Amino acid sequence: MKKTPALHHPKRLSISRLTAALLALGLITRTLSAADFPTAKVDATGLAVTDDTVTVGQLHSATGTMAISEAGSIESERLAIDQINAMGGILGRKIKINFEDGASDWPTFAEKSKKLLEQDHVAAVFGCWTSASRKAVLPIFERDNGLLYYPTFYEGLEQSHNVFYTGQEATQQIIAGLKWLNETKHCKSFYLIGSDYIWPRTSNKIARKCIENDLGGKVVGEEYYPLGSTDFGSLINKIKLKKPDAIYAIIVGGSNVAFYKQLHAAGIDSKNWTLLTISVTEDEALGIGGENLAGFYSAMKYFQSLDNPANKEFVSAFKAKYGPASVIGDVTQAGYEGPWLWKAAVEKAGSFDVDKVVAASGGIEFTNAPEGYVRIHDVNHHLWSKLRVGEWQPTGQVSLVYESGLIEPNPFPKGYQ
Amino acid sequence: MFGYTPSELWSIFVMQSFSGLSLFSVLLLMALGLTIIFGQMGVVNLAHGEFMALGSYTVYLCSQIVQAHCPQLMPYYFIVAIVLAFLVAALFGLLVEWSLIRFLYRRPLDSLLATWGLSLFMQQTYRSIFGAREVTPTMPEWLMGSFNLTSSIQIPINGVFVMGLTLVLTFGVWLFLYRSRLGLQMRATVQNRAMSGAAGINTKLVDRFAFSLGCGIAGVAGAAFTTIGSTGPDSGSRYIVDAFLVVVFGGMTKLVGTIASAFGIAQGQSIAQFFLEGTMGKVTILLTVVVILMIRPQGLFASKVRS
Repeated sequence: MKKTPALHHPKRLSISRLTAALLALGLITRTLSAADFPTAKVDATGLAVTDDTVTVGQLHSATGTMAISEAGSIESERLAIDQINAMGGILGRKIKINFEDGASDWPTFAEKSKKLLEQDHVAAVFGCWTSASRKAVLPIFERDNGLLYYPTFYEGLEQSHNVFYTGQEATQQIIAGLKWLNETKHCKSFYLIGSDYIWPRTSNKIARKCIENDLGGKVVGEEYYPLGSTDFGSLINKIKLKKPDAIYAIIVGGSNVAFYKQLHAAGIDSKNWTLLTISVTEDEALGIGGENLAGFYSAMKYFQSLDNPANKEFVSAFKAKYGPASVIGDVTQAGYEGPWLWKAAVEKAGSFDVDKVVAASGGIEFTNAPEGYVRIHDVNHHLWSKLRVGEWQPTGQVSLVYESGLIEPNPFPKGYQ
Repeated sequence: MFGYTPSELWSIFVMQSFSGLSLFSVLLLMALGLTIIFGQMGVVNLAHGEFMALGSYTVYLCSQIVQAHCPQLMPYYFIVAIVLAFLVAALFGLLVEWSLIRFLYRRPLDSLLATWGLSLFMQQTYRSIFGAREVTPTMPEWLMGSFNLTSSIQIPINGVFVMGLTLVLTFGVWLFLYRSRLGLQMRATVQNRAMSGAAGINTKLVDRFAFSLGCGIAGVAGAAFTTIGSTGPDSGSRYIVDAFLVVVFGGMTKLVGTIASAFGIAQGQSIAQFFLEGTMGKVTILLTVVVILMIRPQGLFASKVRS
């Protein structure tokens, strides 16, 4: 006996058409359940998808040096997934999280990503923080055709079929900020400072090109200090001697506190000096202390104090879950966007299969993200986003002083490599 | 000269000397406790940095408690906190000596492994109690800011404070080692344990006291560093390399060696970082130390022993 495929049954068809029309008109509201999306259809590649759950991976450092920074991303990704589950999940399936600890060790990241992809067959992974950890897992994601949502702002110069970058690449964070300094603060000479690894070095390279070629300014010093340095006396003396119009700082981790405290003690404050950093978010400010930062500027795409309804909702949900004293930095917010962007792409694709999700991702919009409207680039897997400059207040929060238009992500800038 | 006025050069010279001196006091403070534990007793204590972190966390706790319960005492708490940091670290050192170190005096390799294990244990404990984020205690107002000697010479107060503390502590250690009965017994024990025992010195008690004193000094160092940087669960591992470098370069057994070595490394690094840049300055100084140690493995000041 020949079996008629359900969809071609005339009666069924008309009912489903009617349902669709009613749904479109908003006349009936009905939560889509897993029954509308048979498992065989949404998962053709053997992912961890059952009739009522879909398993994703979360891969961050919960221990080791980086645990300080990655804690926020872990929390915000979980918050997003909880909220999605509370709305009924994705394609009628609740999201389950398999958490793996990368332990601030890059080979461990690689090993754990192998476990997530090859043993657990997770549908997507939200994770990594440093570029080093991302580079360590990249070959595995490409070989096993996994899907990674990476939250950190980073140096760019990368684009993979298997990765979506929800943080800004370097040009999105650097160029607009420097132009703002040049136009509103009339800065012509710059002193570039960084911790000694790839992100600050690449970022300063882009900054230098921008200063010298686009702004007609000049770089009077460029210096790097080993990670964890706490002595900046000589550097501060040189800054005082060279008197740059602006200090451009990309110091990270534990060094940050020592750096800003020593600047403060040496009398370099916002009264006579201009300082712009791309490495201090509200998270770092908590350790540095607002009084040491007051009047300096940070260039980010997100600040906790952004005044829009979506952000207010996000901040209060975050505080309700993680305590009223918690702060939210740029990367934490970018981590929050990952699960939502994945959800939108999966729903558009009608499938969890990685290739279909990737194909559906170009142009996916997240209209009410805490940072405001963002969109996945049609081609390069990064986000269109705005750049904002905030002025630090003694409270450890910023007041917004500048907001750019949407900036196109460009991970391989011409003339900047 | 170089397009700068003489007064500018003068003020940079003054401030540069000061930053060298302030690095010197930081390094010396790191190394002081270790001179006793490693230099005198020969215990490779890889958990030394964690004892410093213990001091830092004690100060942090004090600041939290004082701020919550009696904020009017904020200007004074720091002094008490330093004493507490000493006591907490020394007591914990005593416990560690009694439970772990005393079994390992004749087994240097095992003591290396055991103290490394201890350092991991302590780091994880900090992480569980205080969280992974770095913390900074609230500093009393009088410690922040700077003395403005002229319009272009600013001397940071916290730097002066750390220097003063280092001076006091170094003098104290010197008094103890070379002018006290217990110090004499300790030096005797180091030179010849069997003979000292025969002469009626309770060498076990001396060991316990010395280890605990070294840990207490590490605690004070940690407390002083809260004025400069932040404290995280693994701050200790940042200090440990510099501390050992200073002690080994100084020749291990003599206090004056440690002082000279800390001074040399600090000034060298400060000057190299001024004329080169951060990382290169550090590299230059490490290379220099390595070369000097290759030529003179016993370090700057070695005690003369008949072989």
